[in-house]
This record gives sequence, structure tokens and C-alpha cells, in this order.
Amino acid sequence: MRSLFLLLWRNNFTLLFLFLWTICFYLIIRNNNFQQVSVFNSTNKVTASVLEAVNYVKEYINLKENNASLARENARLKSLLPDAYYENGVVKTIVADSTRSQQYSFITSRVVNNSVNRRNNYLTLDKGSVHGVKKDMGVISSSGVVGIVKDVSEHYCTVMSVLHKNTRISTRFKNSNYFGSLVWDGSDSKIASLLEVPKHVKFNNGDTLVTTVYSTIFPEGVMVGIVSGSELKPGDNFYAIKVRLSTNFANLSHVYIVDNLLKSEQLGLEAQTLSTDDN
Amino acid sequence: MITELLVFLFRFLILILVQVVVLNNVQFSGFINPFVYIMFIMMLPVRMPKTFLLLAAFLTGLVVDVFSNTMGMHAAACVFMAYVRPTVLRIMAPRDGYETESSPSVKELGFTWFLIYAATLTFIHHFILFYIEVFRFSEFFTTFLRVLLSSVATLLTIMISQYLFGKPINEK
Repeated sequence: MRSLFLLLWRNNFTLLFLFLWTICFYLIIRNNNFQQVSVFNSTNKVTASVLEAVNYVKEYINLKENNASLARENARLKSLLPDAYYENGVVKTIVADSTRSQQYSFITSRVVNNSVNRRNNYLTLDKGSVHGVKKDMGVISSSGVVGIVKDVSEHYCTVMSVLHKNTRISTRFKNSNYFGSLVWDGSDSKIASLLEVPKHVKFNNGDTLVTTVYSTIFPEGVMVGIVSGSELKPGDNFYAIKVRLSTNFANLSHVYIVDNLLKSEQLGLEAQTLSTDDN
Repeated sequence: MITELLVFLFRFLILILVQVVVLNNVQFSGFINPFVYIMFIMMLPVRMPKTFLLLAAFLTGLVVDVFSNTMGMHAAACVFMAYVRPTVLRIMAPRDGYETESSPSVKELGFTWFLIYAATLTFIHHFILFYIEVFRFSEFFTTFLRVLLSSVATLLTIMISQYLFGKPINEK
């Protein structure tokens, strides 16, 4: 014991120094935020790493339970999102005018499913029979034709888009009345072909193509595309015209379903004529 | 003895005042802060009891801290400097030892001796001070550059004030 005191006494200079330094650091840490944070962070690191290890094991044991509860919560939250609700409202404008009876009305619709990379592409729209959508109605967007309604359910309809093997759209030149059929050859979603244009027709690259009045599906004059090139094989009577489609199918979001109010009348009359012709 | 105490007290006040009022506001491009007040600790008598030396250094540092709002940093640096001062003095002792009443200065121990002495202590002080201020080693070399540049600035100020103030230096 005596030698301990002797040792302390002999080193009183160093001890005092250490004592003063302790005071200094106490002051530094107490009064300077930055150092305070640093020190407490490193102190915490030790305790935190221990706690973390414990937690890690605990978490693993409870993993299954936690997953289940998270999944439940996700499902609950997702059902609260606006996207989870089906929009039941429909905008359908019918104008009462006695001098000109309205032929077309339009149902606005959202594209909920879409593809462009298959040979036969379909779209799904969020309007169905509840909203008055029927089979074989036309579908157009603000930039041009989109396709033809194929199947209808209560709240949805599928649309055979222009990018489909069986879609043929009656198309004419805007500046002349010559017409042909628009088909898609399945390679590029931006390019389609216009067939059956006779070889005496004069046109230029860049001419605008619109729908004809002959179809009961689309109103007349809906934009289809622009002539981007043409070919006339020797001995052939018809041009093969390349058409740059005006509709960008890859990013369609809002479209209009065309309701031709006089369609049944026209078709009925035509059917009647054909049947009487047969007899 | 009393007059000597008064001289130290006066020097203490002047140096602290110069440090706090003038030099604390001098910052050349954020790298150079001269800390001339440490000259007070350097110039305490050689024979002064070591414990008093430490306490004096602590007090000096604390006063500067209070004024520059850096609680404890200067005190820590000063205490450390005071702690190594006896060792430095022992290593640098002239062949026939220090005179009984001597306190380190250019006048008493010559330009070269004082320059080496002051440079050593200044560097030690600044090293401790700047690293405590930064409080991490990730910026080691940037901080080291600051230590070096500020040490040079402090040393320059100290050497100039050795000639400007105090009694005229007579070569004995």
C-alpha cells in the first residue's frame, strides 16, 4: 500500500495532467455538439452491435410470422389505394338536335392492358356492357384509329388492335377518294401496309390517310397514318404502300369507344336488300 | 518576486486580449489561425513547479476557450503542451544548466534556441488542438496541413513579438 502511494506521489505530475485532460475532454464533449455526437455514436456502436446480433437471431425466428403480417398489411393498404377502385362513371355525350340526327357517340375509356410485340395484339379497356359497349364497335384515340372491340364483359372489353392479323381497316387518301385496306404485317408496331390501291392512283409520300365512310365501325375521316413509301411491282395492278401509323400503340392510355347509333339501321337495311336480292 | 508575478500577469492579460480580440478574427483562407497566446506558457519560469505549470496552462487554455466558444479544446492542447514542456526543456538544456531565475525567451537563451523551443511546443499544441477540433482521422492530411501552416504563422508572430515587446534585448 505504501509503495502504491509512493508511486502515485512520484507521478503526481502525470496524474495531474491526466486529471486535467479528463476535465478538458469532459468539457469538450459536454459543450460541443459535434464531438458529443461523435463520442456517443461510437459508444452506441458497441452496445448497438451487441443488440443488433441479438435482434438478428430474434428476427430470423419470427420471420414467417412477420412475413405473414406484412403481407396482410400490404393487402389492406393496397385495397385502400385509389387504383383499387373501379371507375364506374362513364362520359357519354348524346346531343339532341332535330335537324341533324347524331350518328356517333363516344365512350371515354382507359387502357388497362396492352401489347404491341405479338403478332396479334389486343388491348383491354375498362368499359363494358354496363356502359353500353358492344362487340364490333370502333376504338380511336386522340391521334388516330386503335382497333375494334372484340369481346365485352360487364366491366371490360377487349379490343383487337390495328396490330392484328385479322384487322382490316378501310382507309382512303384524305385528298382523293381512292381507298384500300390497311393491314399489319407483324414486324414494326409503327408501320402498317395499305393494300388494294390501284396503280393509276397518284399520291406522294407524306399524304395523309383517314378512315372511309364505308365502314360502319369508324366515323369518316379519323386519322390513320401517313404514306411513308410505296412499291409497284412489275405486272402488279396494286400498290404496296407503307403507312406510318399515327397512333403510338406503345403508350396508349386514354381512348374513345365509338358507338355508331345508326349502325343497326344501316346493317339491317343492307341485310334486307341482300336477302330480297337472293330471292 | 512580486514584480515578476505582475509581469507574468500583465503578459497573460495582454496575450489573451490580443488573441481573443485580434487573432481569433484572423483566418487566412480557413487554414491559418495563429495562436500567439501560448507564448505565455512557453515563457513561464524554468524552475516553476510542474504542477503549477499544468494549472497555469489549464487556466490559460480555459480563458481562451471561454472567449472563442470552444470549451475545453484549447485547455486540452495547453495542458498537453505544459506536460511535455519539462521534457523539452531537459533535452534542450544548455551545457551548464539553466540559470535559477531564467524563463525561456530570445533575450535569455538566444534566437536559435528559442526558435527550436517555440517551434516544438507550438507544433505540439497545434497538433493536439486541430485534431481535437476535427475529431476524426479521416481528414488526416488536410488537418495536418492546417497544423503545419498555422504553426508557422504562430511561430512567426511569437518571434516578432519577442523583439517588439518586453525589455530591449542586450547581448550580454
